Amino acid sequence: MTRLFIYLNGYEKETILAPLFKMLEAFFDLLVPLVVADIINNGITSGNLFYSVTRVFIMILLAVVGLASSVTAQFFAAKSSVGFATKLRQDTFDHIQRLSYKELDKIGAGTLITRLTSDINQVQSGLNMALRLLLRSPFIVFGSMIMAFTIDVNCALVFAAAIPALAIVVFGITYAAIPLFKKVQAKLDKVTEQTRENLNGVRVIRAFCKEEDEIKAFNEKNNALTHINELTSGLSSLMNPLTYLMINIATIYLIKEGALRVDMGAIRQGDVVALYNYMAQMIVELIKMASLGVTINKGLACAARVANVLDEKVSVEFPEKDKENTKNGTVEFENVYFSYSNEGDSVLENINFKANEGEVIGVIGGTGSGKSSLVNLISRFYDVDSGIVKLDGVDVKDYTESTIRQRIGVVPQKAVLFAGSIRDNMKWGNENASDEEIWEALKIAQAMEIVEGKEKGLDYRIEQNGRNLSGGQKQRLTIARALVKKPEVLILDDSASALDFATDAALRHALRGISGKTTIFIVSQRTSSIMDADKILVLDDGKLVGVGTHAELLKSSSTYQEIYYSQFPEQRENYANSEVTQA
Amino acid sequence: MKKDTIKKVFKLIGKYRIMLYLSIILAGVSVLLQLYVPILFGQAIDGIIGKGKVDFSIITVYMAKIFIFIITASAATWSMSLLNNALTYRIVRDVRSRAIDQIQRLPLKYLDGHKSGDIVSRVIADADQLSDGLLLGFTQLFSGVVTIFATLVFMLSKSIIITLVVIVLTPLSFFVAKFIAQHSFEMFKMQSEARGQETALIDEMVGNAKVVKAFGYEKRSSERFNKINKKLQNYSQKAIFYSSLTNPCTRFVNSLIYAAVALLGAIRILNGALTVGDLSVLLNYANQYMKPFNDISSVITELQNAFACAERIFDLIEAEPEKETEAEMGTAVGNVELKNVYFSYDKEKKLIENFSLEAKKGMKIAIVGPTGCGKTTMINLLMRFYEADSGSISVDGTDIYGVSRHSLRRNYGMVLQETWLKNATVRENINIGKPDATDEEIILAAKEAHSWEFIRKLPEKLDTVITDDSLSQGQKQLLCITRIMLCLPPMLILDEATSSIDTRTEVLIQKAFDKLMKGRTSFIVAHRLSTIRSADIILVMKDGHIIEQGNHEELMSRNGFYTKLYNSQFEQK
Repeated sequence: MTRLFIYLNGYEKETILAPLFKMLEAFFDLLVPLVVADIINNGITSGNLFYSVTRVFIMILLAVVGLASSVTAQFFAAKSSVGFATKLRQDTFDHIQRLSYKELDKIGAGTLITRLTSDINQVQSGLNMALRLLLRSPFIVFGSMIMAFTIDVNCALVFAAAIPALAIVVFGITYAAIPLFKKVQAKLDKVTEQTRENLNGVRVIRAFCKEEDEIKAFNEKNNALTHINELTSGLSSLMNPLTYLMINIATIYLIKEGALRVDMGAIRQGDVVALYNYMAQMIVELIKMASLGVTINKGLACAARVANVLDEKVSVEFPEKDKENTKNGTVEFENVYFSYSNEGDSVLENINFKANEGEVIGVIGGTGSGKSSLVNLISRFYDVDSGIVKLDGVDVKDYTESTIRQRIGVVPQKAVLFAGSIRDNMKWGNENASDEEIWEALKIAQAMEIVEGKEKGLDYRIEQNGRNLSGGQKQRLTIARALVKKPEVLILDDSASALDFATDAALRHALRGISGKTTIFIVSQRTSSIMDADKILVLDDGKLVGVGTHAELLKSSSTYQEIYYSQFPEQRENYANSEVTQA
Repeated sequence: MKKDTIKKVFKLIGKYRIMLYLSIILAGVSVLLQLYVPILFGQAIDGIIGKGKVDFSIITVYMAKIFIFIITASAATWSMSLLNNALTYRIVRDVRSRAIDQIQRLPLKYLDGHKSGDIVSRVIADADQLSDGLLLGFTQLFSGVVTIFATLVFMLSKSIIITLVVIVLTPLSFFVAKFIAQHSFEMFKMQSEARGQETALIDEMVGNAKVVKAFGYEKRSSERFNKINKKLQNYSQKAIFYSSLTNPCTRFVNSLIYAAVALLGAIRILNGALTVGDLSVLLNYANQYMKPFNDISSVITELQNAFACAERIFDLIEAEPEKETEAEMGTAVGNVELKNVYFSYDKEKKLIENFSLEAKKGMKIAIVGPTGCGKTTMINLLMRFYEADSGSISVDGTDIYGVSRHSLRRNYGMVLQETWLKNATVRENINIGKPDATDEEIILAAKEAHSWEFIRKLPEKLDTVITDDSLSQGQKQLLCITRIMLCLPPMLILDEATSSIDTRTEVLIQKAFDKLMKGRTSFIVAHRLSTIRSADIILVMKDGHIIEQGNHEELMSRNGFYTKLYNSQFEQK
């Protein structure tokens, strides 16, 4: 975690000066009670008004210098902490973008987003507060005690006793409350969870007439939350009265001791007032220190979490330069084995096949049979455990990342579009695509009517996550986006599931038109989507159990038959009948 | 801030009134004592005049007095805090409890019309904000006001001139704080805007990191991020710096007041109008006179915020719930009839017009059409989630608007594609329609619904707690079917699976559906041709309208939209 310190580079000056200036300010703060004592002891007792006036000006001077140091310190602290967070955020963002699918799967997008947003913000405020208070508060606490010692040793002993006692109470209550706050959060999460659950399931709850039960369950959680809330706040609100009580008891002792010392002539009346003021200054800083501790602790925990993300190694590494190759649109798997984690079960076992230029390859199989994994290996989103995946006759590991991304167009399962115009989204595939090229791609993807239906055409603004489009519209646009790239290999990973049969058929028909130049992989659960492919790969539990055309597989592959007939039961009878008539 | 809202908030306090009164009294006691103690200290200091001139008997008396006062003050402060905590947390509890009541009783029109995230944030975040605001309000507003007035009275009793100086100079620190706040507010606004933009970009680019990677977009997104990040840095730095000026600046003004009091005090003492002890009290007061002002101004912002949140909560808890009909419908036979039904979600956009349908007991009614054609509208009407604008819907000849919703819904079994499971055990998820079912009955139903095969393999079988991702989509749907299998209502509403379920599970679901439907009136949102072809009535929907109605042969012979839809599935080249 100490590695995060490098992000302070360029802000060394600010980072060191901020706390120093804060200390300077504190130093001037500590002088004020002494000046007041001086006024009482010398100005008033001697009746010298001029003396008092000069002392008051010294006080004002101290305040001005204090203000100047404080403003300087705040400026440096803001510059350093914000600069630090900005650099850290950029680096973390870039690092996340470099991570390969394996790490993304492992950590999860939600976690990464939290790290980048609230965690780094938390680190920023922790750092800012630390720069401002980490030196100042202890300095004032101990400074007050030292000042007390310079006034009178006997009276100062009251400080020496009060400081540790107060520290125990302040820090004790603060830290005892931390686990309780966590419990509050946990109970609140439960209440939130049920609210969300109830809203999402409102139709089911009403269909089963379960409204009363849900209310009862909610109220139990709600009461538990209220209970823990009262307990926690009861404890933390003990801080104020308790410290008040202690500091005043200390003051009683101080006055008693002061009275004795004055009576003996060791100190004077003004000194007692000064001691009294130091006591008041001290408690304020002690409380600040406790809350500072909490903030810094939180900041450190967040910093550790961010550092973990930065420490995450990128598992798929690409060479600097492409190996020599000639584009011919072939994809080849040779004895490929693949698993998501080292100890986990194999997801793909001994896969062998070759796709030639311009072929349409269908990939079918049940959930978890390894269809998506297979196509993800072509794009080298993951690395194989053993065996070779070849693109244009060369191992995919011998291409630079940009070459692979250029040659392969992917339409992922989840139709994701980004905030911006339709044109912006289409240009993801090719930054320099012309409008004609975009329209061409939209036409093939059956998405022309969507864009034509919008008043602004290609300039129509898509909202974040494509909220203003339907599922089918999003899918067609994501297909077009991949087509804009004019890829050598196009992969449709179950990306037509939201299309109705008519549109799906029209899409496949249009894709046929470009397949002369492009090798197309279509992954689907629906036999109707892939049955006219040149080659169909049938997967079952990670094994390739059949390769061939629809007609061939219907004869040779029992898995394929099972899938097909479950979707077209009437064909089973026809097939059986035709067998009979043939016989 | 609306007056109305304040009134409503006070109404919430209603039954905890006594706690509030008590808290106010305690706040008064605690503040007065806390302010009086420095005076006692001052008087004690006056007893310490110089060498050999210390009146110990006076000091001892004062110390004893102080001791009693501070103990009383601490006790009062703590009791007040406890009361305030109890008060606010109970109010929030009541609000949340009313909110959940509403969620169960509001018309679906309201719930569908609000994003669920928005309602959750009202119940959770807004309620929390309200409690924070109220807590701060109760604790600091009253004691702040008391402190200001009591301080003034105490100071006036010591020295009128010094008090006047303090009163005149204090607003200065106020203006400084306000000036800074105005400037930093602008920056904070810019900051939160920039932060919002950055978060949106992070959500998109990191949330969809795989797509970013697939298109080699990393460089471009990094550049976009860099731009926003730099902008955020600029605003953040200024916002933080400006706002952090408030403290030193007001402290500076306070120091000036302090110095002025010290000077005037010294003069007054020389004139014999003031004692040293009085001066120490006045210095002490001058120091803390500002604090309640700052507290009150922050309380007011917090309260404004809290009332804004309260308004959003009231919007939810005061929305008109559905009216319940008393009459009960018994167990139905299953003859459903819709007569001249008109319905639309939005008056501008007519959807269902003059629709009639007669479904006899045991009939299968298939609802077909392209995605997004409005198939859920039928479910909404049949289950009375929404009510028809005109026309009638009846079950066994009884108008469904004349009987209670519960009694109608009990007669329906519903399995939707978006499965809804509670974060509870398998048993609790299955017996939802028949809570007193025995394990034997549940297992039997599970076997019939083909879910027993995977339940059997779960670590604790029926007692396994289901979490969000512990079951596959298909398994979840099988569980939902098991629920219906257990209570077997006379009418069914089913939604066939589309793509997210693998073929084998799909076959199981189909078998379970077939078993369920035997002898029951069933409305099926259908995707499978076999289901559609065997249906007694097919409703063809498009863009929310019912455009064709009839059985397979009738519709095919009409050569309309249905024919096109049907043929497209078999088009091969």
